[in-house]
Amino acid sequence: MNNFLKKFRISFVRNYKIFFGITITFLCIGFGSMLFRGFNLGIDFTGGTIMDLYFQRPVAVAELREVMSEQGLGNSIIQLANSEGNVSPDALIRTGIITEAKRREVVAALEKKFGTYEIQRMEQVDATVGGELIQQAVIAIVLSWVLMIAYISARFEFRFALAAIIALIIDVSVTLSYFSLLQVEMDSSFVAAILTVVGYSINSTIVVFDRIRENLKLRRRTETLTDMIDNSIWQTMTRTFYTSLTSLFSVVAIFLWGGETIRNFSFAMLVGFSSGIYTSSFLAAPMWLFLRGKKAGD
Amino acid sequence: MKDFRWGELGKFLVVTLAIVGGFCVYIKPLTHSIKQGLDLQGGSHVVLQAVETADSKVDDDAVKRSVTIIERRVNELGLTEPLIQRQGKDRIIVELPGVKDPEKAIAMLGRTAMLQFLDDKGNVVLTGNDLKDARGQIGQNNQAMVGLEFNDEGGKKFADLTARSIGKQIAIALDGKILTAPMVNEAITGGRAVITGSRTMEEAEHLAILLRSGSLPVKLEIMENRTVGPTLGQDSKEKSIKAFIIGCGAVFVFMLIFYRLSGIVADIALLLYTMMLLLVMRYLNATLTLPGIAGIILSIGMAVDANVLIFERFKEEVKKGKTLRSSMASGFDRALITIMDSNITTLMAAAILFYLGTGPVKGFAVTLALGVLLSMISAVIVTKYMLQFLIFSNITKNPWIFGVGAPKQEEVAKNE
Repeated sequence: MNNFLKKFRISFVRNYKIFFGITITFLCIGFGSMLFRGFNLGIDFTGGTIMDLYFQRPVAVAELREVMSEQGLGNSIIQLANSEGNVSPDALIRTGIITEAKRREVVAALEKKFGTYEIQRMEQVDATVGGELIQQAVIAIVLSWVLMIAYISARFEFRFALAAIIALIIDVSVTLSYFSLLQVEMDSSFVAAILTVVGYSINSTIVVFDRIRENLKLRRRTETLTDMIDNSIWQTMTRTFYTSLTSLFSVVAIFLWGGETIRNFSFAMLVGFSSGIYTSSFLAAPMWLFLRGKKAGD
Repeated sequence: MKDFRWGELGKFLVVTLAIVGGFCVYIKPLTHSIKQGLDLQGGSHVVLQAVETADSKVDDDAVKRSVTIIERRVNELGLTEPLIQRQGKDRIIVELPGVKDPEKAIAMLGRTAMLQFLDDKGNVVLTGNDLKDARGQIGQNNQAMVGLEFNDEGGKKFADLTARSIGKQIAIALDGKILTAPMVNEAITGGRAVITGSRTMEEAEHLAILLRSGSLPVKLEIMENRTVGPTLGQDSKEKSIKAFIIGCGAVFVFMLIFYRLSGIVADIALLLYTMMLLLVMRYLNATLTLPGIAGIILSIGMAVDANVLIFERFKEEVKKGKTLRSSMASGFDRALITIMDSNITTLMAAAILFYLGTGPVKGFAVTLALGVLLSMISAVIVTKYMLQFLIFSNITKNPWIFGVGAPKQEEVAKNE
């Protein structure tokens, strides 16, 4: 074991109340936020139009809003990118669901007022697409859990599978909580991020469980199940620590330098991975013990 | 100390040189040879939905014919590798990479473009089906117009129409809107006509394309439109390269510091891994998207996991007092089970993402799945042989070089 990490050696099983407590407290806050504040759903889910236009001269939000209001879209969200003072040539306009013909009218009105523009990004999504997306996402995530339960049950046993899936549910909930608490916009890539988090977290959980499976065979009668679990967690701790670091290097690099377009995507991974590291090393193994009907100390 | 073996060290150096050299030479051309997604090169992704109307029913045949007509229209745009694909019962996906004027191009896709010639009583005499060709052209007074050429039957119908409309007005309408209503002075028998009223040559050409490609048998509505301009695409590309260099650089340095010589071996394996990943993507004709690049960066951070697992096992075995050689053999054997079990579960997530995802998300799933598979090969097989060469060469017996801290007596005792 890494000498640095050894200094922090504590019993995860005996101190389960602390680790479970932190998680439960956070999730309560998260669920509260989801219930009362909901999510900042992007147009992928709600339908609508986003236009990122680069005009030939700097424009102000007020000017843009005036044009939008004339078009009966005064409640559009208007933002300026890279603005100097309160004007910028780069404007981001998000409207509700409008028809293609209406969008053309809007663009023509903008062109008339501000001159020609270059399209940076334009996204138009119908309301039905959003519903399909949510449906697909739920199917994808549930299906992945069913497959994983089957595989882990076959290779380990059912209670390992159950503990692993509970850990995954926590990871998904934590990620959703962050998105609700910080009102980060969710788009279709969120689903991909969540599934990656699921894939990553299960990977780490399996490494710990694999050690438990191995130690279960080597266990001496004098060693309690609790100690064995703690030993297993600590035997894999250097690996957990190192792998967490290298994968976080990658995620943080994408988050900080990968650009605005995938910032929300990488944010989901950042919080999901962090949660995955926590649940797979601190929660999953004690949970397995409790699922076997044992108490901490047994 | 046993005899130093040049042969084994030589093998190690040859493999190292081959991988590092190959990486330096091929990484750039290889990356550029992979097809780039619309989010990187700019372009439009449009989903059209066939809608039932009173006049037209949405059935298999109508959608099929629509796909053919859309194909014709898109081909006229002269883009490299556009994509037209039917999705499900009543949807058509169109991808227009590098399209210069997305607004106009998209407007053209969904136009029904039903051309009608009406007599003075408003009866439809000719339709777009009677056309053989349509071309944008400049007429007298520098006016942009569309020149029409009728087929044999159309020519007869048109001659007949003009013959009986002398001194009267006829009308040419597109999608029920009258484009022009000229007065007929004489019967026109040459099978040719022009439509005036286009403001620019470009407009005339677009109209000509629509008329040439034929009218859509059903109404198509734009359900989804995702357009990325070339500037933003270029910007995304540059940023993702930067994120790649920083993210991977950090992983490389980390492995080097914490595992020393073993870390170097892992880093070399990572170089090979990156090349293999790009190579497979190229041969699968996969598309590199922005989330896909994020997936590659991520997969590199995760690919070292297999190496970390192996090296940690190796360290444990060394600390138990085993020789480097047998520590390595058992380290690999024992870590392999863990790597398999943990990676198969990750693959499941990737597989589901692939089957249910669309567009860029699908691209991401491919990179993720390939990453998991290839990293097993590079981390397990390549690292194993390279470390074997090093250990067999007897270059050193000092475990520190291989990333193992000096074995402490207490720890040896505890593990026994």
